[in-house]
Amino acid sequence: MATIHIDGKSYEVKEGRNLLETCLSLGLDLPYFCWHPALGSVGACRQCAVKSFKDGQDTKGKLIMSCMEPVKDQLRISISDKEAAAFREQVIGWLMTNHPHDCAVCDEGGSCHLQDMTVMTGHSYRNYHFTKRTYKNQYLGPFLNHEMNRCIQCYRCVRFYKDFAGGKDMDVFAAHNHVYFGRHQDGVLESEFSGNLAEVCPTGVFTDKTLQHHYTRKWDMTYAPSVCQGCGLGCNIIAGERYGSLRQITTRYNGAVNGYFLCDRGRYGYEFVNSPRRIKEVAIRGLTDTAIDTNTALQYLQDKCKPGRTIGIGSPRASLESNFVLQQLVGPDHFYLGVSDTEHDLVSLALKILRQGPVRTPSMQEAAAADAVLILGEDLLNTAPMLALSVRQAVRRQPAQEAMHTAHVLSWQDAAVREAMQDKHGPCFILHVQPTKLDEIATGAYHTAPDNIARIGFAVCRLLKAPVPEVKDLTEQEQQLAQQIADALMAAERPLVIAGYGSGCEGVLRAAANIGRALHDSGKPAMLALTTPECNSMGLEMLGGHRLESAIDAVVNGEADTVIVLENDLYRRLDKPVADRFLKHCRELVLLDHLYNATAEMATVLLPGGTFAESDGTLVNNEGRAQRFFQVFTPPGAIQESWRWLLMLAAATGNERLKHMAYLDDITRAIAQRLPAFAGIERLTPPADFRIAGQKIPREPHRYSGRTAMLADVNVSEPKPPEDEDTALSFTMEGYRGEPPSSMIPFFWWPGWNSVQSINKFQVETGGPLHDGDPGKRLIEPGSNGQHGYFMDAPEHFVPLAGHLLLIPLYHIFGSDELSVHTPAVAERMPAPYIMLCPEDAQRYQVAENHQLQIAIDGHPYTLTVKLNPAMQKGIAGVPAGMPGIGISETPVIAKI
Amino acid sequence: MFSLLRSMWLVFLHMFHKRETYQYPEQKAPLPARWRGRIALTRDPDGGERCVGCYLCAAACPVDCISLQATEAEDGRRYPLFFRINFSRCIFCGFCEEACPTYAIQLLPDYEMAEYNRQNLVYEKEDLLINSEGKYPGYNYYRVAGMAIQGKDKGQAEQEEPPVDIKSLLP
Repeated sequence: MATIHIDGKSYEVKEGRNLLETCLSLGLDLPYFCWHPALGSVGACRQCAVKSFKDGQDTKGKLIMSCMEPVKDQLRISISDKEAAAFREQVIGWLMTNHPHDCAVCDEGGSCHLQDMTVMTGHSYRNYHFTKRTYKNQYLGPFLNHEMNRCIQCYRCVRFYKDFAGGKDMDVFAAHNHVYFGRHQDGVLESEFSGNLAEVCPTGVFTDKTLQHHYTRKWDMTYAPSVCQGCGLGCNIIAGERYGSLRQITTRYNGAVNGYFLCDRGRYGYEFVNSPRRIKEVAIRGLTDTAIDTNTALQYLQDKCKPGRTIGIGSPRASLESNFVLQQLVGPDHFYLGVSDTEHDLVSLALKILRQGPVRTPSMQEAAAADAVLILGEDLLNTAPMLALSVRQAVRRQPAQEAMHTAHVLSWQDAAVREAMQDKHGPCFILHVQPTKLDEIATGAYHTAPDNIARIGFAVCRLLKAPVPEVKDLTEQEQQLAQQIADALMAAERPLVIAGYGSGCEGVLRAAANIGRALHDSGKPAMLALTTPECNSMGLEMLGGHRLESAIDAVVNGEADTVIVLENDLYRRLDKPVADRFLKHCRELVLLDHLYNATAEMATVLLPGGTFAESDGTLVNNEGRAQRFFQVFTPPGAIQESWRWLLMLAAATGNERLKHMAYLDDITRAIAQRLPAFAGIERLTPPADFRIAGQKIPREPHRYSGRTAMLADVNVSEPKPPEDEDTALSFTMEGYRGEPPSSMIPFFWWPGWNSVQSINKFQVETGGPLHDGDPGKRLIEPGSNGQHGYFMDAPEHFVPLAGHLLLIPLYHIFGSDELSVHTPAVAERMPAPYIMLCPEDAQRYQVAENHQLQIAIDGHPYTLTVKLNPAMQKGIAGVPAGMPGIGISETPVIAKI
Repeated sequence: MFSLLRSMWLVFLHMFHKRETYQYPEQKAPLPARWRGRIALTRDPDGGERCVGCYLCAAACPVDCISLQATEAEDGRRYPLFFRINFSRCIFCGFCEEACPTYAIQLLPDYEMAEYNRQNLVYEKEDLLINSEGKYPGYNYYRVAGMAIQGKDKGQAEQEEPPVDIKSLLP
């Protein structure tokens, strides 16, 4: 700790950090542009100048850039010093000389860091009366707008895009006062994290293009803290609504999970909420002439849902509450997991490994602190994108440490550290069936069949002196690689092993678990991250249920009449012929979902369920972290939370298990009581009766506009605003205006800080946890019973089968997820369906690139366009997973040619 | 007694004063140009809509009686898809006019807006938009803004240099 004196007041602060972040952590207002808590300092904008004094007697002092100054004991500075304040104002004045007169038509306005800083420095009159510099803009794809005139040359965009996220196609061009930030030519920004530029850019050069189509200012949206539905990582998001449609997703800072960033699937995949395919009213097949209201539907279902003859199919994309209520409604014996059997096997194995093994699964921030990474069978950028961003930071760890040591610089001196480390990367090994985009940072990348990846994994484990059987007949190259991996992991201080559902192979998960355990046994704080496919896959697995296959048997054998499907498209879980057979046998098929999908086509009763934006609930991410998401707005029509529908159904059928339950808190309490694995989830957020100074927490900013006009076209008498009985948030702008508890911050705003940079007012220290701790609760901690040993059975060497191909899933960030493809911008980035072969196989089956290849799975034909990839192994073919219009849901699978 | 007579005398004298009463509606009071009455959306000198849908009027409105939705036309101009003022709530404070960066929304000297039915006081864009520049003739926001629109490319606004040639190495 050090004592520093700011404007005559003494503060106890941490040593080694820079002065700017220290001042901001102390809650002082100091303007800045180029510094970013995740990107470090470069001292480019000269905005954070303060006066530094030699000692108590020094009255003259000198100007220093606070972001470049390390904190030292007995440092004396002044922020309010006249000269420093005038300097800062002048710097803004210069930055504004070329800034266009655009605020009225700029999407950043109202959440603009440049506006905030201009006001903060007091620069209010333009002294420059000459011409302004202009630039031509570029087309950057469906996600971002480009408006270069507004640029203030802070370099944050390239520092994030190139240095932090590893993008290749954006840079700074030209020279002196003409520098230009963009691509070498018009085109789609390739990075999976490009959307963050809209938040990283302190002004409106990069703005959210999907927002522009229904543009709303920050102060005009109704917000709620939410959790991303795009993959299993559970990044925290803020969702904003206006006029009944969801408008924008921004990052909700969570120091342990996603930090300051989001991937593009998470940021842009929200428009399914506004889709014209939404199910908005109750529908019963055969009853088309009259409008069916909720009561009619419940009466109809009351007779159909007989206890013992009704089964429920849960969903990995529905909240824990909805799944739990369905499980209790139909009884645990009649509750089936709505996932394919392969997916169930993988996720239940992952859960077993995490629960019984001794190795800790890291949060994404912990993963970013690893110093050696081994990725087994995962294309992280497509299966768990934000974890890939953590891996990118992890591989910088070792060389950065070295550079800091040799060049005597501190970690936040970003330019110096990067200059000293050049292109060096720490150890990172990637084993996958085909080259991935992350291979460029890998020390070693190897491409082979999933079974062979598992075998190499077992070999590594053996080399780490674990008591597992030796893996024979590895090629020389594979042996060398295994040795190299083992050496690197042993040399590391905090090694990280990543595997997951992406390989579709249990052997790979076992190999990863073995390596993690071996490292743990040799005394290292090893970490094991296992990815899960959907936002609540882990929660559903922890809840437990029967396999989907047995649901088919139950229905086909006549043991059940009514099937209640919760937020699920069974055509994505079962191959089309199987799903067809299953659904045809259902006497009554009740679908509770939000989008009209293939299962809805077969359903006899459709109940409109709320999306994440219209529901409250809990999700469990891949590390077993339970996180609450809140309803953003009250939907029109009959749409309501799935669990609410099911509770109404329970009340109608007189279900004993769900008696006296009506609100969210009732359900979370029941889950925590009845299922010990979920103990504590009732305390994830304060309960519904929580009040601060007797007030709820408002979802709307205090400047929210148009309350007395937005519905005036329908009726000039304003209706009573909707009430939230489930949570302590209110749907209006009335309520407590101070800082809410960290788990229920609807939006980041602070007086004088309208932009997202206001986050630093909510943190213990910049880049650190939120004031009362990062939200969420880990439900899985390692080695609770420590019984579980090593997995002993390495899979057999992969041998191609003549006339057959092993189809393995290839994931795509844009396309593999069910919901995000309903955003037109995401659909634009989706590849066309294909089958990926190695050239030798293509030659054998006499097809070439772009030819049609017909394959058969269980006698059912599928036709796909051929794509060639020399890195694929013989006998293996990749098909895009989860892509609309393919119809193959159960992969890996053997297909006949 | 004296004060009583004095008062009567003064009242009597008023018979010879100029009359302050206007015989409304036959006769109308002359209003100053800056009188804050009916709100209108004006057009720029080229006849285009001045409103760019920046939401500042809505934010400034103390009774929150303005609501709109911004959108962008093919030619790059922003405009309100709908623009609604609930005059049954409006207090004619003029904050919206002060907030407007494009002189689009203006309060005009006209007060004859009474209705029997309150619902008729909800004005939509077609009721608000007038074919006039209102009180501020000559101003065209897009002539000074940096955004390119059809017919005004980058560098063609007032006080703008031609776009930078980023391939040039000249100082």
